[in-house]
Amino acid sequence: MTDEPLVLGIETSCDETGIGIVRGHTLLADAIASSVDEHARFGGVVPEVASRAHLEAIVPTMQRALDDAGVSLADIDAIAVTAGPGLAGALLVGVAAAKGYALAAEKPIYGVNHLAAHVAVDTLEHGALPEPAIALLVSGGHSSLLLVDDLAHGVTPLGATIDDAAGEAFDKVARLLGLPFPGGPPIDRAAREGDPEAIAFPRGLTAPKDLAAHRFDFSFSGLKTAVARWVEARQRAGEALPVADVAASFQEAVCDVLTAKAIDACRAQGIGTLVIGGGVAANSRLRALAEQRAEKYGIQVRVPRPKLCTDNGAMVAALGSHLVAAGVAPSRLDLPADSAMPLTIVSV
Amino acid sequence: MLVLVVDSSTPAVTAAVAEVTADAVALRAERRSVDARAHGELLAPAVREVLAEAGAGPGELTAIVAGLGPGPFTGLRVGLVTAASMGQVLGVPTYGVCSLDALGLAATRGLDASAAPDGEAAGRVLVATDARRREIYWGVYAAGRRVTEPAVDAPAAVAARAAEFAAGAAVGEGAQRYADVLALPVRPEPCFPPADALAALAADRVRAGAPSEPLTPLYLRRPDAVAPTARKPVLP
Ligand SMILES: [Zn+2]
Repeated sequence: MTDEPLVLGIETSCDETGIGIVRGHTLLADAIASSVDEHARFGGVVPEVASRAHLEAIVPTMQRALDDAGVSLADIDAIAVTAGPGLAGALLVGVAAAKGYALAAEKPIYGVNHLAAHVAVDTLEHGALPEPAIALLVSGGHSSLLLVDDLAHGVTPLGATIDDAAGEAFDKVARLLGLPFPGGPPIDRAAREGDPEAIAFPRGLTAPKDLAAHRFDFSFSGLKTAVARWVEARQRAGEALPVADVAASFQEAVCDVLTAKAIDACRAQGIGTLVIGGGVAANSRLRALAEQRAEKYGIQVRVPRPKLCTDNGAMVAALGSHLVAAGVAPSRLDLPADSAMPLTIVSV
Repeated sequence: MLVLVVDSSTPAVTAAVAEVTADAVALRAERRSVDARAHGELLAPAVREVLAEAGAGPGELTAIVAGLGPGPFTGLRVGLVTAASMGQVLGVPTYGVCSLDALGLAATRGLDASAAPDGEAAGRVLVATDARRREIYWGVYAAGRRVTEPAVDAPAAVAARAAEFAAGAAVGEGAQRYADVLALPVRPEPCFPPADALAALAADRVRAGAPSEPLTPLYLRRPDAVAPTARKPVLP
């Protein structure tokens, strides 16, 4: 349908410069420039390096997105941009760029929440999202369980990590095992050859006393330390490291907790839809285990394809399109970037 | 020819519309607010206001001129990405100007460039802006031109270099802040890169319709990033 809004989304909250274009729920372009290789030798994203890369990448990435979609900025109905949460300096480049585009093309601008965008992107794959739904968002920067009752106006946080994000644990364990950064894909690959039950790594915040206070919260710091202890003990004993078994057992511990708590949240709220997003949602074991457990309770699991799970501009465009369709008012031109933007705010 | 001018290399956020004619540059509208923490909030509304005040739509701009710094990174990028994104939409060229050059031009313009060496030395001015971390971005200027290349150093080191290059006065908010260390008479104006000087420094390119330039910031510092050292063992 051509009367659906044509929306452009800009994402710069971490190390990906993403520009996506959607019409309604249809993805027209998803252009990405990543500075991940520049961060690899530091073992994590360096904010200033990411910000410099965004500034260099934004104009060419925009051109690619427009060319891929076969549209010009004059055709666009609205521009959405990640206003937070994320790295302050990185967010600022995207927000300032979005304002420049909006100002010069005389279009409305929407400053949106990155986490809500991770939920909204699923509409590009599976169509309109049933509400309410439960969302599990897991990446290098966040690990959250949310109740999505009205994606246009606000989502309700149910729980979040109390220490490391799930993706961070993947990065740190990958480093212990001599695997490259970012750690998610190489651990996923290594784990396929390993035994997930070889080593009994701890499941954070699942003991009865922890569940009382942290039913829907996560903790991955203890797991990370347990893996480090196990690896060091083998190394000190001069034994070869069974990389595949460690990777599989670690991955199983993470996926076990994430899916158990997500399914528990669905059942506690009587909700039949679970959406999973964020870079860790690209993990093959997480997807399989979530499906397997959800099936038992008749819960439908929606996970977008891996390229839409990691940070990208399409997710921001998807949320923008949802906001335009819901009649939400645009943001002001002085909208701030907010590195700690709360989940309860979907657009500023 | 109408030109948009932006600079966010100092605590001042500047937006202006300038008219470049065959032999002059005149400001049609200018906004300046000083708030080092709010560049991202202040610049776009200021651009909209100066366009409105100049009675011009964005489509009437012939070019966009942006101060390349040097300046503290986060704020500096706001001006450059605003200029670049607007230039992309409008299909007009963007031109970069060293922000210290704009201060230097404003501080020494009008001095007689053909004066005797003594006179020229007397007219040399140190331009300094705040680089934070107790350092300043600086350059020495005479008769509107650079005597030294832009650099970043501690105020005491700059004082020594400024003496070496015979600067007789200092301008800029960096000079004001470290006036006691620099030991030079500090003039109150220009304090921040002036829009008319930025426009003047790009005027020849505007008139000639020179090709668009990538707006690469003058960072002068490498990012703070250290490769991780060996991991600390968790076992005792
Ligand atoms: Zn994300």
